[in-house]
Amino acid sequence: MTDWPILSTVTFLPLLGAAFILLIRGDEAIIARNSRHVALWTTVITFGLSLLLIANFDTTTSDFQFEENAAWLPEFGIGYHLGVDGISIFFLLLTTLLVPICIISCWEAVKTRVREYMIAFLVLETLMIGVFSSLDLLMFYIFFEGQLIPMFLIIGIWGGARRVYSAYKFFLYTLVGSVLFLLAILFMYFQAGTTDIPALMNEVWAPAVQTWLWLALFASFAVKLPMWPFHTWLPDAHVEAPTAGSVILAGILLKMGGYGFLRFSLPMFPDASEFFMPFVFSLSVVAVIYTSLVALMQKDMKKLIAYSSVAHMGIVTIGLFTFNGQGIEGGIFQMLSHGVVSAALFLIVGVIYDRMHSREISDYGGLVHRMPVYAFVFMVIMLASIGLPATSGFVGEFLIFVGAFQVNTWVAMLGLTGVILGAAYMLWLYRRVIFGDLTKEKLKTITDLNMREIGFFAPLVILALFMGIYPKPFLDVLHVSVENLVQQTQAARVGGGEVVADLFPEAIAKALR
Amino acid sequence: MLLYIAPVFLPLIGAAITGLFGRFLGDRPSQIISCGAMGLAALAATFVFIKVVMNGEVQQIYLFNWMTSGTFQVDWALRIDELTAMMVFTVSVVSFLIHVYSIGYMSHDSSIPRFFSYLSLFTFFMLALVTSDNFLQLYFGWEGVGLVSYLLIGFWYKRPSANAAAIKAFVVNRVGDFGLGLGILAIYLTVGSVSFDEVFAASPGLVDTEFEFLGHYFDTLTVICILLFVGAMGKSAQFLLHTWLPDAMEGPTPVSALIHAATMVTAGVFLVARASPMFEYAPTALAVVTFVGATTCIFAATIAITQNDIKRVIAYSTCSQLGYMFFACGVSAYSAGMFHLTTHAFFKALLFLGAGSVIHAMSDEQDMRKMGGIWKAIPLTYVLMWIGSLALAGVPPLAGFFSKDIILESAFAAHTGLGYYAFALGIIAAVLTALYSWRLIILTFHGKPRADEKVMAHVHESPPIMTIPLILLAVGAIISGYLLLPMVGSHSDFWGTSILVLPHHHALEEAHHVDFWVKALPTIVAVIGILAAYFLYITKPHLPGVLAQRLRPLYLFSYNKWYFDELYNFAIVRPVKYLGYGLWKQGDGGVIDGIGPDGVAASAVAIARRFIKFQSGYVYHYAFLMLAGVAVIITWILILG
Repeated sequence: MTDWPILSTVTFLPLLGAAFILLIRGDEAIIARNSRHVALWTTVITFGLSLLLIANFDTTTSDFQFEENAAWLPEFGIGYHLGVDGISIFFLLLTTLLVPICIISCWEAVKTRVREYMIAFLVLETLMIGVFSSLDLLMFYIFFEGQLIPMFLIIGIWGGARRVYSAYKFFLYTLVGSVLFLLAILFMYFQAGTTDIPALMNEVWAPAVQTWLWLALFASFAVKLPMWPFHTWLPDAHVEAPTAGSVILAGILLKMGGYGFLRFSLPMFPDASEFFMPFVFSLSVVAVIYTSLVALMQKDMKKLIAYSSVAHMGIVTIGLFTFNGQGIEGGIFQMLSHGVVSAALFLIVGVIYDRMHSREISDYGGLVHRMPVYAFVFMVIMLASIGLPATSGFVGEFLIFVGAFQVNTWVAMLGLTGVILGAAYMLWLYRRVIFGDLTKEKLKTITDLNMREIGFFAPLVILALFMGIYPKPFLDVLHVSVENLVQQTQAARVGGGEVVADLFPEAIAKALR
Repeated sequence: MLLYIAPVFLPLIGAAITGLFGRFLGDRPSQIISCGAMGLAALAATFVFIKVVMNGEVQQIYLFNWMTSGTFQVDWALRIDELTAMMVFTVSVVSFLIHVYSIGYMSHDSSIPRFFSYLSLFTFFMLALVTSDNFLQLYFGWEGVGLVSYLLIGFWYKRPSANAAAIKAFVVNRVGDFGLGLGILAIYLTVGSVSFDEVFAASPGLVDTEFEFLGHYFDTLTVICILLFVGAMGKSAQFLLHTWLPDAMEGPTPVSALIHAATMVTAGVFLVARASPMFEYAPTALAVVTFVGATTCIFAATIAITQNDIKRVIAYSTCSQLGYMFFACGVSAYSAGMFHLTTHAFFKALLFLGAGSVIHAMSDEQDMRKMGGIWKAIPLTYVLMWIGSLALAGVPPLAGFFSKDIILESAFAAHTGLGYYAFALGIIAAVLTALYSWRLIILTFHGKPRADEKVMAHVHESPPIMTIPLILLAVGAIISGYLLLPMVGSHSDFWGTSILVLPHHHALEEAHHVDFWVKALPTIVAVIGILAAYFLYITKPHLPGVLAQRLRPLYLFSYNKWYFDELYNFAIVRPVKYLGYGLWKQGDGGVIDGIGPDGVAASAVAIARRFIKFQSGYVYHYAFLMLAGVAVIITWILILG
């Protein structure tokens, strides 16, 4: 087991599946059917293999595990370096869990270009896993930006009516961030002579350099996350994306911004992170309140959930920038929870969209009369979304607020108002869709969840509850790595914020504070 | 140990079975399972009560770790002391009786298993709340009861008004929970733990320490206690956060009885009593509790006297009685508050279920203006309503007499300005209590029938499955006051160490030695109230109408519930919606997209258009540009050169 490059296998297995699908021959129906099956089995096996990772994971060390290191471009100091630690392992697992669910969810919904669709998803999976497993900055960048292409295609080809506008908006936003990210990578490479992430973590950067690098990375991650005010691509992208696309977008792609902060900004540029903390807090608090208010007024279900995602990610960034164990663990946990919950929410919308071809809230009402199982699933997931205790949403949020309260009571209090608003918009959504009398003629024949749908909801519902009642197994894995991260930031950060502050004209520094 | 766990988890098992498999089991088995589980739970609770309160066998049971992050560690654990045992007993017994009653009341409903599942689930959350060992688990129960309350208010989900009320209840409660959440965070920050034992042990040491909150420094315990109390205000529908409770009457009547009268709404009082080791050291917070409690008790009573919906009258009465419990706690007479909580659970459940029996008899009519003249048709319900009202008004020797008396005496014996304030308002509210209770009885049962003939022909007494629980509750409403008097006896150790009262807070002790007029006054005013109701609604039945005309502004103010709904709608709900819409259309659509992607795209297109114009295709255009360019370059070189 130890010699087998399991991380590479997990990463590239989906790509192999995609290649296999390319080889399928026959008429369209056969291609479609076989593509679906190949995609499903590939992703299920990938998930199974990724479970081996967690089973053999050592929770007592913060070192990278399952490391694979090969010379790739040795003369340039660029290597093929993979590995996971307590921070990345769950994101990897979340990815391998959600992709098969996506494949099952679009089993019947996608009817055109099935082969290409499945290939896009498998390629996307490899790229996503690569983001969380690569330990080389250049590889990370390739994976990180590479996913834009399949995602762009998924939205642009299988999306809704305004798909082209959305795809371009998505692309434009992300591209601006990417360019700056690339510049930062080049700079770091020329300074340090390597792109190896663990090596870069040991590099000490001058405060001025930190500031600019931090800002360049921030541009990329803040768009991905997305933070206010870089979020407007998200609602449009979600609305037009096919269900599975939304699931991946909300479940995993958004988390990469947060992961980027954890992997690069915090440990590598602690002084700058410290200096920009108030700035991040301000944006996060605005995001929480602003987007919750906007979510309240949405008429389109997917838009509502998209805005709620922005609000939830705002709470995550509060947690990440508290620089204490509770805040960061909470932030990671909340990202995982949101990965499960928002994925489930988009699937929930997808289920009725497949039946009625409408996302308008006003087109529904009284679904509980025809769809009791659906109503139950929706209820549990909704409660997890509004962070009721004993659901996954609560653990993450509460830990974040425990962390935030120690740093700044204002931030904690304003962030908590999002919790009230969150309850308001989700309950209102639920009421308008599920409750009330079933009066609309078209809805009178709507059918409840079938076995396939129950099959893909079950793991998500169970996870949402399990993570809320007994989060210990998850938190245990996080502890050592997060503690290490906190120490990295603490050690470098002594008095750092002040030094960085001197670089700015006083007025700007004050404004940022 | 199993005995201690049983009352909490039996309802959960019942709820899970009926909730998940109820549709396959059918109605009758679902009822039997949930009532059976609840009955066993009540039985176990009785044993626990005996063991803990009589024999002093206090227990703490560790289940498993909930979450750990650094020094933030929380466990799932049960803590069963006197305070808990009392609550577990009251909750499970009342809940059991209401389960049984519901078999009859809900017999015509189409989703019986769901109803029973919710009812049992509620009981589980309520018991989890009172047995919690730390603040976070309390929060779990706290939000859990809020959730089930939401589900049950909206139980008849076809009704838009029920759905609206359900959301209102949840969101208003969340405002309170917001305070509770902040309070818990503050506790962790100052003490480094959220377990009751550690927090209470640390609280004497926090006296006179300061704590930074929102940029200012405040007394630590005062901030924490007030934040906790905000949570209590939300759950117990106190002044300013009360608006959800009357609307919650959209739920089925057994729900109103169980959740919105006997148990859930008293969670706030329980919280204050539970946290007495902190409140005791925070005199400012206690003053706030007294003030809010006293204000609520009179405020709600003034509304109750003009309402026409039978359930709303009782709902406001609940609100008012909760005010009594709070100001008792505010003057450090926690045990008096808990005493009233217990007796109130019996007689208020009785009143609600009695009202349910009336509604049942009147073919689901709730408006008292359409009732009247039915007492002969439903004599048993009539008698039971009398018992409930007598207990509520505090007429001796019924339960309410003992508990309300001791509260008012304690408020008086506190000998503080706020104590007198609470006493005075409490006395006035007592008059109003008797007045609206008998207004209810007279309008409902006496006078000429105002319902149409079809309804009147159908008026009938409820079946035994409904009346037997009522009779048992009535027994409780009669004897519980006398039986539980040791709760507030002088030098009694009924509560063991579960409630802390500092030696210099002796309102309760003094209450036994106040002047005779103070002791007699509550009873006298109750009788005055009853006589006034008799005079107004039987002797001179036209008088209330005349009064309403003469005092029209006052009447409308009361009838419209002090215009709180309108005020909140105007000041909060509408601005929030307006703001949300504005941010969406103007903020996201206008500013961010306008400057961001759309703006960039638009300017890219505009620039491209300009360049397109250069490419006219005419050779002389290009030639001219080339020449002009060459000229510029030469000039440039010449000048620089």
